[in-house]
Amino acid sequence: MNENGNLIETHGLTRIYGSGDATVRALDGVDLQVKRGEFVAVMGPSGSGKSTLMNILGCLDRPTAGQYILEGEDVSRLSRDELARVRNRKIGFVFQSYNLLPRLSAVKNVMLPLLYNSDEHLAKEERYERAIAALESVGLGDRVHHRPNEMSGGQQQRVAIARALVNRPAIILADEPTGNLDTRSSIEIMDLLHQLHRDGATIVMVTHDPDIAAHAQRVICVRDGKIESDGHDATGPCLERGRYDESE
Amino acid sequence: MNLSETFKVAWEGLALNKVRSFLTTLGVIIGVASVIMMLAVSAGAEAAIAEQINALGANLIIISPMRGVPGAGRTLLYDDVEAIIENVRGIDGVSAEFQTVQDVRGGTGNLSDISVLGVTSDFPGVRDYELSDGRFFTAEENERKLKVAVLGYGIARDLFGEESPIGQQITIGSTKMTVIGMMEEKGMVADVDYDGRVYIPITVMYQKFNPTRIGSDRVRTIYVKAESKEAMDSVINQITVLLAERHDVDPAQPDFNIQTQQDIISTQEATTEAFRNLLAWVAGVSLVVGGIGIMNIMLVSVTERTREIGLRQALGARPRDVLLQFLIEAVTLSLVGGLVGVLVGVGGAELLGRLGDMRTAIVPASVPLAFGAAAAVGIFFGYYPATKAAQLDPIEALRRE
Repeated sequence: MNENGNLIETHGLTRIYGSGDATVRALDGVDLQVKRGEFVAVMGPSGSGKSTLMNILGCLDRPTAGQYILEGEDVSRLSRDELARVRNRKIGFVFQSYNLLPRLSAVKNVMLPLLYNSDEHLAKEERYERAIAALESVGLGDRVHHRPNEMSGGQQQRVAIARALVNRPAIILADEPTGNLDTRSSIEIMDLLHQLHRDGATIVMVTHDPDIAAHAQRVICVRDGKIESDGHDATGPCLERGRYDESE
Repeated sequence: MNLSETFKVAWEGLALNKVRSFLTTLGVIIGVASVIMMLAVSAGAEAAIAEQINALGANLIIISPMRGVPGAGRTLLYDDVEAIIENVRGIDGVSAEFQTVQDVRGGTGNLSDISVLGVTSDFPGVRDYELSDGRFFTAEENERKLKVAVLGYGIARDLFGEESPIGQQITIGSTKMTVIGMMEEKGMVADVDYDGRVYIPITVMYQKFNPTRIGSDRVRTIYVKAESKEAMDSVINQITVLLAERHDVDPAQPDFNIQTQQDIISTQEATTEAFRNLLAWVAGVSLVVGGIGIMNIMLVSVTERTREIGLRQALGARPRDVLLQFLIEAVTLSLVGGLVGVLVGVGGAELLGRLGDMRTAIVPASVPLAFGAAAAVGIFFGYYPATKAAQLDPIEALRRE
């Protein structure tokens, strides 16, 4: 951990797709800091570069230029193997469509990240117990042997959150976590994220829904590969614009 | 992720598509079964040849009447045997054989339909067949047409039990004979029960059991033992010239047929080799086809599970973890095929040995060999799909529906 308390720091983060005349500048010099324990929402219209930003923050992609420092470690130039290790140990992903393996029970789905954790060499029993503990912490202690198709959407997303937590990551990256859920389940999931935040988790969440974004402490608005606004109150113009662009 | 877990994940993946997995392994099954059967046929043929050599004796030349040759008026006569003994140099012995089937009585037994062979005194030496008790008859005894008999091991036991048969009287057909010897135990060799025969002088055979009912003393087979392997060619030439002259035929178109063990073995080898080559070809083609089948199904699997691969990558799977997962899945497929193939191959070899006239002997080493071949096919043909899976971009893969 570096002295200034930033979990995430980016300097001039730039991502360019394609080559020659057909280049697209998806990210254009983004400077961003996220402190430990923050709950941040990222908003922006389609094509704004918010997905590219999330991919780089999630170590699924590398920036063309600029720096990405995660927990004091510069991860912008790591190899594929090293990136995989960073994803495994430091990042917990929550996807819009849950991405559970349908043939595996809840507990086995949650155990998956532990399978690739080559640092801790956990025995099978330890992995099982940690997965059960993670499922209990999201309120699914009574559903551990259910398969995804035997659970509601909200329950499936909670399994996915348990999976994101099981390796005790530095940060949770949630990409439209309520995008596939009805209102009631959405509230359930947001309550769960709030609870995790209260317990000290750092969360970065992409959403285009202002009501969901309003749950966060801080809203970052991305447009044309740049951060347009960044505020601790839900910034009205960004939300209005975001909504306007989504309906286009 | 350790290896046993990877195997388990692979197994679960395959169990999802049981029929597809089975069909995919069919090529490997046939290939592996062919490898096992091919080696079993080879080993069986070798065993049969070794037995043949053992049964006939070394450096043997076999003379028999030529069948179906126009102008082959005369057949082999006992005089020809004597002429060979007198004129041909470089030989260790000559034995003529003529066989009949008779009832044999003596001691406590009464045996019907026993093979009785009329032979000459050189028989044990020419055929590398020893006596276990008593002696064989001499050339003189043969010439004097003495009624003496040498019993095969089994006949002696059937008639006289554990007692020595030497000096006992037996009746062959209606002729009384004195037993002077007993052959060593030899058992069934190349479908001939050596222990179940009786040997008598060929001259007595002509006198008492002339099987042809023709006055002449015809011989069915003459066995000549050459002094050495090197002497074989010379002996064959001398016999060809001698018999052609005696039979008044052109040596290039004889009315007799001269074979060596090598000829017999070569004929046998040619048939088994043709079959062996066929099996080798089937094995090779099947393994390649099976491998392509595995590659094809693994490519389908990689496409179907792109999203799963993306998820695993997001959760921390390194390219090599993904590579290993799919490679092991391919190897598991081929090994399951190998296992079934071994069972089919062993069963097939057994069946072939029982139903066909081909001898088979399952080679134990062929089982690990076949498994190795199956695993190699899995690794070789599974590598490309596994590499494809490992090189997927996690972002693209996660986006795939």
